[in-house]
Amino acid sequence: MRFDPNTDYPLGQKRPDLVSTPGGHSLGEVTLEAVRDGRIGPDDLRATPETLRRQSAIALAAGRRPLAENLARAAELASVPADSILEIYTALRPHRSSAEELEEWARRLETEWAAPLTAAFVREARDVYAKRGLLAAERAQV
Amino acid sequence: MPQNARRSERFVSREQRELRRELLVSPYPELGLVAMDGPNDPDPSLVVEDGRVVEIDGRREPDFDVIDHFIARYGIDVDAAAEAEVLTDEEIARRLVDVDCPRDQLVRLSRGLTPARLARVASRLDPVETMFALKKLRARRAPANQAHVTNLKDNPALLAADAAEAAARGFAEVETTVGVSRYAPLNAIAILVGAQTGRPGVMTQCAVEERRNLDLAIRGLVTYAETLSVYGTEPVFVDGDDTPWSKAFLGSAYASRGVKIRFTSGGGSEALMGRSLGYSMLYLEARCLAAVRAAGSQGVQNGSISCVALALAVPGGTREILAENMIAAWLDLEVASGNDAIASHSEIRKTAKLMGQFLPGTDFVTSGYSVMPRYDNMFGGGNYDADDLEEWMTVQRDWQVDAGIEPAAEADVVAVRERAARAIQAVFEGLGLPAVTDAEIEAATYGSTSRDLPDRDRGADAEAADGLLAAGTTSADVVRALDERGFTEVAEAIVGMQRQRVSADYLQTAAVIDAEGTVHSAVNDPNLYAGPGTGYRLDGARWELLQSLPYVVDPRKLLEEAAAGEPVVVEAGEAAVSERADEVVVAVGPAFGDALRATINGLSHADVLAALCDGIRAGGAEPRLVRVRRSSDVAFVGHDGALLSGSGIALGLQSKGTAVIHRSDLQTLDNLELFGMSPLYSLDSYRAMGQNAAGYALGHAVGPVPTMMDNYARAKLIVKTTLLHARETAAIVPGAPAVELRLTG
Repeated sequence: MRFDPNTDYPLGQKRPDLVSTPGGHSLGEVTLEAVRDGRIGPDDLRATPETLRRQSAIALAAGRRPLAENLARAAELASVPADSILEIYTALRPHRSSAEELEEWARRLETEWAAPLTAAFVREARDVYAKRGLLAAERAQV
Repeated sequence: MPQNARRSERFVSREQRELRRELLVSPYPELGLVAMDGPNDPDPSLVVEDGRVVEIDGRREPDFDVIDHFIARYGIDVDAAAEAEVLTDEEIARRLVDVDCPRDQLVRLSRGLTPARLARVASRLDPVETMFALKKLRARRAPANQAHVTNLKDNPALLAADAAEAAARGFAEVETTVGVSRYAPLNAIAILVGAQTGRPGVMTQCAVEERRNLDLAIRGLVTYAETLSVYGTEPVFVDGDDTPWSKAFLGSAYASRGVKIRFTSGGGSEALMGRSLGYSMLYLEARCLAAVRAAGSQGVQNGSISCVALALAVPGGTREILAENMIAAWLDLEVASGNDAIASHSEIRKTAKLMGQFLPGTDFVTSGYSVMPRYDNMFGGGNYDADDLEEWMTVQRDWQVDAGIEPAAEADVVAVRERAARAIQAVFEGLGLPAVTDAEIEAATYGSTSRDLPDRDRGADAEAADGLLAAGTTSADVVRALDERGFTEVAEAIVGMQRQRVSADYLQTAAVIDAEGTVHSAVNDPNLYAGPGTGYRLDGARWELLQSLPYVVDPRKLLEEAAAGEPVVVEAGEAAVSERADEVVVAVGPAFGDALRATINGLSHADVLAALCDGIRAGGAEPRLVRVRRSSDVAFVGHDGALLSGSGIALGLQSKGTAVIHRSDLQTLDNLELFGMSPLYSLDSYRAMGQNAAGYALGHAVGPVPTMMDNYARAKLIVKTTLLHARETAAIVPGAPAVELRLTG
């Protein structure tokens, strides 16, 4: 059966068939026994990019565009390592990065992690930071 | 007041009240000390050119600050803007309180409004209208509540016990923080284990620095966060070392790790940080909220939050805070509506403010109810704490309103606290952390605050916490430690929370998880209020639960107590009119000494009669006992007695102890002396009444028995009074004549 964002929420209850762990286990396989036996490890206990994209579609179907866009970015970031995520966050803080540095993060998001939405988001920040004097090079003048 | 002028004692007395510890100030708009409708707030405007927002609230695009840019790009729906443009502020305000205008329509409209317009429309509503709008606009069908769980010693057994109690009392979320940041994983584990012991499905968070928080999330030790603060002016935003872009990115990062996120904002924060730019609190908060929605957050913690006392210092502060919550709900955000930081020293004022959120119901009525005593609250919170629980639940019962806290019997609370403390003991053992001792478990189970807990070796704990992180410990290790030591149910519950992380349903707006693992959010369980009889009402089993407080008593049991013992009088035929001039008739009510045996003050009827007779004889007169059967009203009982009395004087007495001295020639509802304060009377009081009655009978000059007053007597005893009087009234024999009485024994 195809996924219908209007009727399939909550996924865990209505469409467990669509939900799997990053290791490819089904939702029903996430049990105490499986954790006990080590069949399910910590890397399995999180949402996949696909699940996050479905949640994004559900939010959009419910009329919540910004939340849907946020979850779409989250789906992209699910495969970005935590350290890189924290580096990007730091880079986006005021007066931390030059326009070139932000562009470099946008490029890596696109090419290394297939995250075009987040890349566009970072580029938008770069443009606004340039207008508002929030880039690193302008720090001295503030 | 001129210097050295004589002070009014009443003014001096009022100055000692708790309220006066606070400073109330007149508005000072230049510093942002104005609640709403600030003189410097811009007039709303919105210009869209070629589908692009080029002016917001009087500012053209080249002058946009970073917040304007963000809202213009992500926060304005240009179609909704066109719809809103043709409506006046009054028309929109009317729709907010029109039950026939559905929430969906209002939410769509909000997306076309600028911050100044949101604030201006909100200011068209009075407090009750704002409450009504909030009730209508709440995202989730049913309100809920969030708990704070912390202690000054970061003691894991106490954290687990408090989290378990919070969960057992129905809190949907439990938030902790740390005294020492290295403790974060230990505290996160303690409340995770505690909460899942108390009730499966409760979501938990540990408020710490972002990097640590994200790390805890990746390990599956927390499920939500609300640490993402936003501000309404660019300088404060930047002083906070963030921009709307960095905060929104962080929000997505948390979501990517399965963490439910709500942002935090609140009126007064910009003024407190010195950069309000002269704008009102509500206008700046509307900017925050527009940015929060634009960032794609599912919700917000707002309502002045930690600046609540600043908002309350200016006129209209309480109203402004309510308006903030309403605007957040209007923007379709989940609202955790403050009431956590201490709002006022004055209990009256604090609770008056609370009603704005308590009565309409918000997604989380508080963003942190302190389930432990205020002493242990490390959020600077504790506006309401462990000692206030019974008041909170009683107010829910008074209003028939669900504000998210359930009663629990002492034995059940003790049991769940102990189970949670033992579970965390098992986890510490399983993970090789410094042992949680039985003494800690006992103190966490029965004690009041962390003062009652033995001290732990904090250095060893912090070191163990570092080691735990280094070893890559996750929720799976916690599960195994519990399972291996027999805490299978708690282990199952934590696996259940991991399943929730995999399906990620709780990332949708206003999600909470019930004990069966079903997610309730604005998607599948929305607020569809559309007038009386619709939406969430506290009724059925839930109302039964919230009214059955442990200290509620069955009134039937009270009556059984009042009727214990042998009858103290026997009836001896119809009472006749006497000729004896020195007589005082003691006329008692229909149930006296028979169906009822004691006064409301617990004096036995036999003793009361003996004291009255003693007093009458001491006053030189002779008592005669009769029972009036046709009325339970003390005036009629007394007057009927007086008509039988040779002196024309009688002492009327109800079973509950209320007495009157009556005279035959007076109107029934008149009297010589009335003794209506029955809860205060001793046997000496009744002796004095008897003596006075004798004085009237013998024609002496009589000074009234000194009056006693207790204005709380009614509040304390009105239920018992009602029960006793009902029993007396039930003993009435209509039209029956009075009868003579003899004391038994």
